[in-house]
Amino acid sequence: MTDSTISVDDLHVDFSSGDGVVHAVRGISFSIAPEEVLGIVGESGSGKSVTALAAMGLLPKNAKVTGSIRYQGQELLGLKEKQLSGIRGKSIAMVFQDPLTSLNPVYTVGWQIAEAVRAHQDVSKDTARQEAIRLLKLVGIPDADNRVDNYPHEFSGGMRQRVVIAVAMANDPTVILADEPTTALDVTVQAQVLSTLKTALDETKASLLLITHDLGVIAGLADRVLVMYAGRPVEVGSVEQIFYAPSMPYTHGLLGSLPRVDSDGTEKLRQIPGSPPVMVGDRVGCPFAPRCPMRATICEEQEPELRPVTFRQPTGQDSANGMVGEEVQPVPYDIPGGVHLSACHFADEVAAMPTASMFPDSSADHETVLP
Amino acid sequence: MTEERVPGIAAEFDDRAGPGNPGPPGIFPHSVASDRTAGLVMPGPVVLDESTAGLGAGFDEYGLDGGVSRGQVATVVRRFLRDPMAMIGLVTFLLLLIGSIVVGEFWHYSYVSITNTLNAPPSWAHPFGTNSIGGDMFAQVMKGTLQDIEISLLVAVMAVVLGVAVGAPAGFYGGKVDSALMRFVDLILVIPVLVVLIVLANIVAKETNNWFWLAIIIGALSWTYIARLVRADFLTLRERDFIEASRALGASDRRLILRHMLPNAIGPIIVNATITVAAAIVLESTLSFLGLGIQPPNVSLGLLISNGQDSGTTEWWLLVIPVIFLLVLILAVFFIGDGLQRALDPKKNRVRA
Repeated sequence: MTDSTISVDDLHVDFSSGDGVVHAVRGISFSIAPEEVLGIVGESGSGKSVTALAAMGLLPKNAKVTGSIRYQGQELLGLKEKQLSGIRGKSIAMVFQDPLTSLNPVYTVGWQIAEAVRAHQDVSKDTARQEAIRLLKLVGIPDADNRVDNYPHEFSGGMRQRVVIAVAMANDPTVILADEPTTALDVTVQAQVLSTLKTALDETKASLLLITHDLGVIAGLADRVLVMYAGRPVEVGSVEQIFYAPSMPYTHGLLGSLPRVDSDGTEKLRQIPGSPPVMVGDRVGCPFAPRCPMRATICEEQEPELRPVTFRQPTGQDSANGMVGEEVQPVPYDIPGGVHLSACHFADEVAAMPTASMFPDSSADHETVLP
Repeated sequence: MTEERVPGIAAEFDDRAGPGNPGPPGIFPHSVASDRTAGLVMPGPVVLDESTAGLGAGFDEYGLDGGVSRGQVATVVRRFLRDPMAMIGLVTFLLLLIGSIVVGEFWHYSYVSITNTLNAPPSWAHPFGTNSIGGDMFAQVMKGTLQDIEISLLVAVMAVVLGVAVGAPAGFYGGKVDSALMRFVDLILVIPVLVVLIVLANIVAKETNNWFWLAIIIGALSWTYIARLVRADFLTLRERDFIEASRALGASDRRLILRHMLPNAIGPIIVNATITVAAAIVLESTLSFLGLGIQPPNVSLGLLISNGQDSGTTEWWLLVIPVIFLLVLILAVFFIGDGLQRALDPKKNRVRA
C-alpha cells in the first residue's frame, strides 16, 4: 500500500464515559491516493472529526483506538509522541474548523507561519519570514509584506482561515486534513477559502482529507466521497456516483435536504425525520433503520456491510414502500469512478431511485418524529 | 435536527466548480455567477493601529528562540512607554530606587548615624526630621525604601518562578500530575504563614540578620496563589484550538507550555506578581512589627512605621513619611504592572474599523 499517502484500516475509536462506552468510530477503512481529495460527510456526531484527530494522534487520553492508520506504509497508531511530532505538520498538516480560535492571539501571523516553517526545516529566521510572506501572498492576503506583522485579531475570519491554510502549507505536506474548514465562515467567504484550499493543493501537490457536513463543499472540491453515519461509512464512491446514484437512504436524505439549481422551484426541501442514534452501548441492526422510509425486518436484525452497488432496475413502486419485489435483470453499473460501495440491504433498489425522492416533503412545521 | 447547512448551497456549488474540479453537471449546472471567486481579492480590513503597521521594515529579525520576534518586543516596549499611567509608575519607581541608592551613598548621614538632635521636626538639616535617639529619618526612610524594593522584588520573582513551575505542568498535564502538585500547593496554603514565618524568621533571619534569607522565606510561602492561578489558566488554555493546532504542527509539550500558553497567561501573572510585591512589603512590615523581620540597625519601611506609630500624634513625621513612601512604592508597582499588562495584550489598543 505504498501508492496511497494515508490509509486507514478498520479504525475503531471508543470513549469511556459515565453512561458507558461511546463507540464514536466503528470500523472505517479508506485510503487516499496522492493528490486525491477525499471528502467525508455526515452529520454531527457521526465520527468525522474523531477520525481525523485519530490520524494526527490528537485524541484525548480516554480514547481507545484500534485498527490501523498508515502514512506511506508507516503505522501511526502507537507511535511515541516524539516520533509523531516529526510527522505532524511536516508530512500531515491540519486545518481546523474555527479560524478565530486556531491561531494564537498573542503572536503575529508571520511569527506563527515562521514557527511552522522552522519547526521542521533548518532555516534562518529571515528565510522563515520571507517564506511566511510568500505563503501569505500565495493564499491571497493583500499587502502581505505589511500584514505579516499583524495579529490574528486584525484579520477577518476568512483571512484568518487563509492564514491557517498557509500554516498548513508551510512544510509542503503530503496530506492535509481539513476538519470542517468552512463551517465557521459565512457563505460568501466559504467560497474564497475553498479556492484558497485548492491553491494550496496545487502548490503542495498534497492529498486532502476534507471533513464537512456541507455537500456543497464536497461537490466543489472532492474526487471521492465517504458518507459516514453513526461512526461507520455507509456509502463510498466518486462524487458523480454519490450525487447521481446515491444508494443509501441516508445519502438520499442528505441530498434531498438541499435546494437544487435545476429544480423548477416548486419542490419542497425534504428532511430526514428523527435524530442520529446515541452511540452508547451495543446495537443491533442498521443504525439508520429508525429513520429510514425503506426499513424492513432485516434492517432491524442485521447491520449491513459495505458492498459494491450493482445498480439494478427498480421493481416498481413496491421498493419505495420497503417491499422487495421479484428478481430483475441487473443493469451494468455505468457511472465511472471506481467501486461504489453502500451499506444498505437494498442498495441496488435505492441506487435506481430518483435522487432524494424517498423522503416525504414535509415541512418542519409538521415534523413527524419516528420512535 | 441536523446541522446541515441549507441556505445558499446551490450558489456555492458553482463558485467552487473550478477548472480542475467541475461540480457534478446537471445537478448543479453552471448557471449562477460563475467565476465569482476567480478575481475576487478580499480587501483587508482598515487597520488604524499604527503600532503594528510599518514595524516590519525596521525589525525583521525573527525570533523563535527569543519567544517573540524583536518586532513584537519593540511594540510592547513602545506601548508601555506611551502609556501615561505606566510611565508615572515607572518614573516614580525609578526615582525611589535611584534616589534611595544615591542618598545611601552621598547623604551626609547614614541610616546608622546618631545625631544630637532628638525628635526634631523636618528641617534643612534633617529633611524628614529625627527620631527619639537622634537618627536621621531621611537616611533611614531611603534605606528602608531600598530594603523593601529589594525584598519585595526578590519575593515577587521567586513567587512567579515557583508558581509557574508548579502551576503550569499541573494545568497542562492534568490528571495525576495535577492532583499531586495541587495537593502540595494545598498543603502549603493551609500552613499558617505567619506562624511559619515567625519560627523560620526567628531561626534564620535573626541568626544571619540578612534580608536575603527573609525574602527567601517569604517567597517560599507566597507562590501558591500564582500556582493556582497559572494552573486554572492553563486548564482552559490547553483546550483552546490553537494549542491543538500547534500540537498538530509538531510542537513539543515544553514548547507548548513556554511559547504558546505562558504568553497567553501573562496578564493575570503580572497582576498577581504586583499584588505579591505589595503583600511581601506588608508581610515584612508585620514581621518587623513583631520584631522578627528586619533587625535594627538595619531598617525597612515596615520597621519605621511600627516604630513610628506610638509617636504618630506627637512626632507625626516618624509615622506619616514612611507610610507615604510605602504607599507610593506599592502604587508605583501596581501602575507598572497594569501598564505591562496593557502593553503585552495585543488586543488592548486596537482600533476597531
